Amino acid sequence: MSLELPKIIFGRFTLDALPIHEPILVGTFVGVAIGGIALLTALTYFKCWTYLWKEWFTSVDHKRIGVMYMVLGLVMFLRGFSDAIMMRAQQSMAFGANQGFLPAHHYDQVFTAHGVIMIFFVAMPFVTGLMNFVVPLQIGARDVSFPFLNNFSFWMTTMGAVIVMMSLFVGEFARTGWLAMAPLSELDYSPDVGVDYYIWALQIAGVGTLLSGINLVCTIVKMRAPGMNLMKMPVFTWTALCTNVLIVAAFPILTAVLVLLSLDRYVGTHFFTNSGGGNYMLYTNMIWIWGHPEVYILILPAFGVFSEVTSTFSSKRLFGYTSMVYATLVITILSYLVWLHHFFTMGSGASVNSFFGITTMIISIPTGAKLFNWLFTMFRGRIRFELPMMWTVAFMLTFTIGGMTGVMLAVPPADFVLHNSLFLVAHFHNVIIGGVLFGMFAGINYWWPKAFGFKLDPFWGKVSFWLWVPGFWVAFTPLYVLGLMGVTRRLRHFDDPSLQIWFLIAAFGAAMIAAGIAAMLYQYYVSIRDRNTPRLRDFTGDPWGGRTLEWATSSPPPAYNFAFTPIIHDLDAYADMKERGYARPEAGFRPILMPKNTPAGLILAVLAAGFGVAMIWYVWWLAALCFVSLVGYAIFHTFTYDREFHIPESEVRETEAARTQQLLAAGA
Amino acid sequence: MANAPTMTDAQGLPVFLDMHEHDHEAGGSTMLGFWIYLMSDCLIFAMLFAAYGLFGTSYAGGPKASEIFELPLVAVNTSMLLLSSITYGFAMIAMQDRKKSAVLIWLAITGLFGAAFVGIELSEFAHLIGEGATPQRSAFLSSFFTLVSTHGLHVSFGIIWLITLMVQVGRYGLTAANQRRLMCLSLFWHFLDVIWIGVFTFVYLLGVLR
Repeated sequence: MSLELPKIIFGRFTLDALPIHEPILVGTFVGVAIGGIALLTALTYFKCWTYLWKEWFTSVDHKRIGVMYMVLGLVMFLRGFSDAIMMRAQQSMAFGANQGFLPAHHYDQVFTAHGVIMIFFVAMPFVTGLMNFVVPLQIGARDVSFPFLNNFSFWMTTMGAVIVMMSLFVGEFARTGWLAMAPLSELDYSPDVGVDYYIWALQIAGVGTLLSGINLVCTIVKMRAPGMNLMKMPVFTWTALCTNVLIVAAFPILTAVLVLLSLDRYVGTHFFTNSGGGNYMLYTNMIWIWGHPEVYILILPAFGVFSEVTSTFSSKRLFGYTSMVYATLVITILSYLVWLHHFFTMGSGASVNSFFGITTMIISIPTGAKLFNWLFTMFRGRIRFELPMMWTVAFMLTFTIGGMTGVMLAVPPADFVLHNSLFLVAHFHNVIIGGVLFGMFAGINYWWPKAFGFKLDPFWGKVSFWLWVPGFWVAFTPLYVLGLMGVTRRLRHFDDPSLQIWFLIAAFGAAMIAAGIAAMLYQYYVSIRDRNTPRLRDFTGDPWGGRTLEWATSSPPPAYNFAFTPIIHDLDAYADMKERGYARPEAGFRPILMPKNTPAGLILAVLAAGFGVAMIWYVWWLAALCFVSLVGYAIFHTFTYDREFHIPESEVRETEAARTQQLLAAGA
Repeated sequence: MANAPTMTDAQGLPVFLDMHEHDHEAGGSTMLGFWIYLMSDCLIFAMLFAAYGLFGTSYAGGPKASEIFELPLVAVNTSMLLLSSITYGFAMIAMQDRKKSAVLIWLAITGLFGAAFVGIELSEFAHLIGEGATPQRSAFLSSFFTLVSTHGLHVSFGIIWLITLMVQVGRYGLTAANQRRLMCLSLFWHFLDVIWIGVFTFVYLLGVLR
């Protein structure tokens, strides 16, 4: 009995799970702990907790939640990038007798964590954050359809990230690659907590993603300002709609496949096992039926950003709006018909492989149409090469090449050679960095003044740009070369010394990117420091000569976004308003009905995270307790009927009067 | 768009703002949102059906479908769920007539049918496990138990939700918010019925045939 008691209380957690014998992790932990304590002390010292709690953590304002998503993405980006640096360093030194500095056990966790973090906790929060912030403003709405769910979704995503971070210091992360392919992820081959961390982090974050998808679809379908029919929607909103439809149609599949994997691991069923009639190729199929739409979930909003940026900074209407919309829809549909190209080598036969090869190649047609639309928008436009436009041009050059290597991989015979090689790694970094990440950087530079009322510093932005873009090519061109020579991915050590020079070049590229990231962080710092200088401060709310509705309101926008709901006559609604002599009203305001803030989302997400962690460590009593509390608290929350309040007319009047003063000061 | 705002004023000039807007009714997107949620749930079931489709004959030397399924019991179970859908329909009719106590009575009957369904399912599971036909025995049984119990879990959560709603309707009456919630649960409940028709057909009926 005395031996059993700790097991009942702590499950399979023991002090051995703390990595005190791994110097890299201890060092990281000490760094994180010191930084964390410093941050917490500073927040306490400057009495920020009440402010953060009231204005941010419990906020249901879509703009605040959008900004919090971006912060989450940025923090996790630094973590994911340090994994990348470790891999580049290891691969550039581990030749012949040199084993590098990462043991295999650790290296496998690093590449898994890098993939998981970059997709789920960097790209997804960035994309969701931008959509959250921009979409309601672009369609002239005051918030999303379900503001409370929006807050809950954010905290679920954050708790997923917290669980992944926890695996760094308590136990270990999966050593399976970012998709945890079966049967490697089964209990027989991965008996430790790593895969369970993976499963519960993704399940909890996945609930957040799904709910936020439903929320934004409803918002776009139901809450557009009068006059904005579907073909007058800004392109970014269109891409957001398609992306969220994809989220709703893809994430349940991830949920289902992870449930089946959990059942195999926890209950002993035989879905993906080698024995008992299981079939691990079902896992591969299912995870890619989610996984392929997932990459379009990420890239479509980036396409939307580029459309907005190109048209704004070319000072003209977007070329081929209708074809842009249809291209987006075609990509949305086709993204469901290509999943098998991730495993042509499964052996489904020539007919099946041909079908999926051809559908994959067809996707390049609407994508190409988009590129020509952007080019024709720039043609004879008055182009201003501000930072968002620079990232857009960098995207066009980079992404086109990434797209072409993608078409190469879509040819099944070529894929049999390139499958699982560094060529593939170079390809998907080429499209995800060159497409999604450059898109997010364009979007951050573009909408930052809307969110905070001041522009980002252009000098440090350009320094970052010129380190990032060449750095990307220096880092990934060698991987293309190595892949063509047949080097497979995820290797920790190499025997052939002739390969080393390529890895050294790639490591140098990674160092350039690191400098680019540092310059970007410094850009944020300088901009916040100098925010009140005339160089950066913007009182007009429209610093770029914007064309869509979000530029019609102040920067940062008031809690209610628009004192009066706009009426839309034209695709470029705000450009139309400016052209036809729109006068901003200075009287006649009404009280505005808004949703109330609530801590319920945060509490529910913490309980969900507690449940997940208890499941990871087999602490059954805690899992049961958290689960019952979760359901109980959710029921309790439904008894709150009074969820809205009126912003009084006087407050609206004062806010708008302050804006009038700002506009006068800006001479507009 | 009965009270759509005017696009142009008396002089024919464009109107850019809705100056006479009134508060929007809360929950205008709820039914659409809940529909979309149900469709996403439907995809989870689609994956479980797909797994069953793949593993339907992967007996791994264990019991076959035709050896373990007892159709009469499943028929009783099916009728419990179908009857519960009808009684939920009566609750909704009573809601439209604004008869609070009738709503509560029909909800209670619905919940009892649902509980009977879950009870029969649990006894069927206990019987199978007692015979050695456990989820761990073969991929066929894994996929069978997962699909059927996922549906059963949904029904159980539906019952918890139903009890919660009964308390709320009892306490606060048939308010607009409560009517919306009853509509959502109605969609959920009938959706589970539709899923069960699929389970009954593809798992039980086809299972005993092959």
